[in-house]
Amino acid sequence: MKKKKRRLSLAQKRAITGFVFISPWLIGFLIYYVRSIYMTVQFSLSEVSPAVGGYEAKFVGLKNLKYIFLEHPQFNQQLVISMRDVFIDVPLIIIFSLLMAMLLNQKFVGRTIVRAVFFLPVIMGSAAITTAIDNARSAMVGGVSSTAADIVDASSSSVNVDYYLALFKDIGLPSGILDYVVGAVERLSDVVSLSGVQIVIFIAALQSISGSLYEVAKIEGATGYETFWKVTFPMVMPHIITCLVYTVVDSFANSEVVSLSYDEIFSNNHYDYGSAMSLVSTIVVCAVLFAVVAVIQKRTFYYN
Amino acid sequence: MITIAKAKLRYQELQNDQFFQNDKRRALKYFKKFLFFLFRFFILLGVSYIILSPLIRMVAQSFFSDTDLTNPMVYIIPTQPTLEKYVAAWKVLPYPKTILMSLGNDIGLMLIQIFICSMVGYGFARFNFPLKGFLFGCVVIMIVIPTHAIMLPLYLTFTQTVSLYGTAGPFYLLTIFGSGLRSGLYIYLFNQFFRGLPKEIEEAAFVDGAGSFYTYFRIMLVNAMPSVITVAVFSLVWQYNDLFYSRLFGLSSVVSMRISALSQEVGAIYEIENPAYLTMYLYAGVVLILIPVILIYCVLQKFFIEGVERSGIVG
Repeated sequence: MKKKKRRLSLAQKRAITGFVFISPWLIGFLIYYVRSIYMTVQFSLSEVSPAVGGYEAKFVGLKNLKYIFLEHPQFNQQLVISMRDVFIDVPLIIIFSLLMAMLLNQKFVGRTIVRAVFFLPVIMGSAAITTAIDNARSAMVGGVSSTAADIVDASSSSVNVDYYLALFKDIGLPSGILDYVVGAVERLSDVVSLSGVQIVIFIAALQSISGSLYEVAKIEGATGYETFWKVTFPMVMPHIITCLVYTVVDSFANSEVVSLSYDEIFSNNHYDYGSAMSLVSTIVVCAVLFAVVAVIQKRTFYYN
Repeated sequence: MITIAKAKLRYQELQNDQFFQNDKRRALKYFKKFLFFLFRFFILLGVSYIILSPLIRMVAQSFFSDTDLTNPMVYIIPTQPTLEKYVAAWKVLPYPKTILMSLGNDIGLMLIQIFICSMVGYGFARFNFPLKGFLFGCVVIMIVIPTHAIMLPLYLTFTQTVSLYGTAGPFYLLTIFGSGLRSGLYIYLFNQFFRGLPKEIEEAAFVDGAGSFYTYFRIMLVNAMPSVITVAVFSLVWQYNDLFYSRLFGLSSVVSMRISALSQEVGAIYEIENPAYLTMYLYAGVVLILIPVILIYCVLQKFFIEGVERSGIVG
């Protein structure tokens, strides 16, 4: 009897195995991240000044936070603008990349090449290449230029857009919708170049859907439209969450707020303000993400 | 009047004619298919053009000779194509050595990433343990935190606590402990994929007496092949292109660092001062370093297996 009591239950055993599985990450997280986050918080709560052999931190409480919110000329504004851009971009990117993944998942001649083309933005958009090209260009032009502007240059035509806009306005379309559509079209090249990763994730997701589900749907006489909403969409739902998280983080990582705090740290040597800024922006993004994911997670179907 | 009556009669006849109705249905089906084909063709063509147009100009300009660049008549096709830009970029990079070294490094890191992240993702997807929700929240936090927010502490760790500046050591140490370049995202991806797989396979394995690690390694990982390939592609490409960590840890001989220094070095070695000419050398270098990644992607994406063999299990 005693021996039996000492034995772990299956649930406890599974819990221990689970801990073993995640242990490499847990150790890394504690060593690298918790420590670093602690230091960042420390920086943002103190006045940091360079000293011999490193830096000197003096605790000042919430002074830095007060400064960035109340006194800094740009931070508030940039935070709001960045959040707004994220909200505009994310739905566009998700819908576009799901659509593209569904097209690319079909069989047609030259699929390998087209898929490679759609993956190109991931490679081309890398920091190494863009900074190298930007540096070369700014040496040439003497100013800021970006690859995105180039794409727009290349794809712009001689069609008078304003004329058509006026036409649609005359018909009586609400200008709010019109503005959104125009904005979406204007950002098309950005959206395309930002959705490479999502397209790859969605393709993998679509291919992990079992073919038998589609067979059943076909036998039952479901139309393509019904099949999409009843089979494809629920099955890729978990990956929509993944893409959502990635897209929000990615568009935030490239946003103005982050570059603002980067400049504050490396150009102005204000470790304290920069740390406070990145801390605040991280908290804001986390809050938004958790809220959105919590809402969607409830409606998500997991194949169990 | 007579003709109308005749036509009506004919219409009735056709309505009842099975063969005609079948033909009609088939024709409509083919027409729909054709329309869809056109739709897909134009959408893919248009988007591909948006993606490719800057690349096309880049490739074209990398073959330009100096006179072509200043010639307003030349837009895409150079009048005097030359390979001298490629030769110079090849020599300055130095291409074979840099590529081999970087790829070797990146493939090693990729394998570790796949192994560690899939393991952690599996742990989160299939086991229940205390604080699981909180810990998974930490994974998300890890994805969200901008890298430069923690770079200073990391830098201090790897230069002062352990002196590994200028070696690949920090990369391996970070990756082994699941904190490498975008590891959080890979853990998240694997978690979502494992949660999507049916539990029945594992239960069958468990009943047959397979241990947890055996089940994970020989059964789940094989079933999650699409996600493994996805992570493999991303981890390879991002590591290959990573400039941030390479600069932080002073790893100066990898591709990303070499390409960002290329135009300056070409300028210094070949004594070219005009930045417009230097851009052409840079384009040649970019094309050279893109080739291996694109090739690897084309090879790997063939392994995105069509419809994972799951049908027999769920029933």
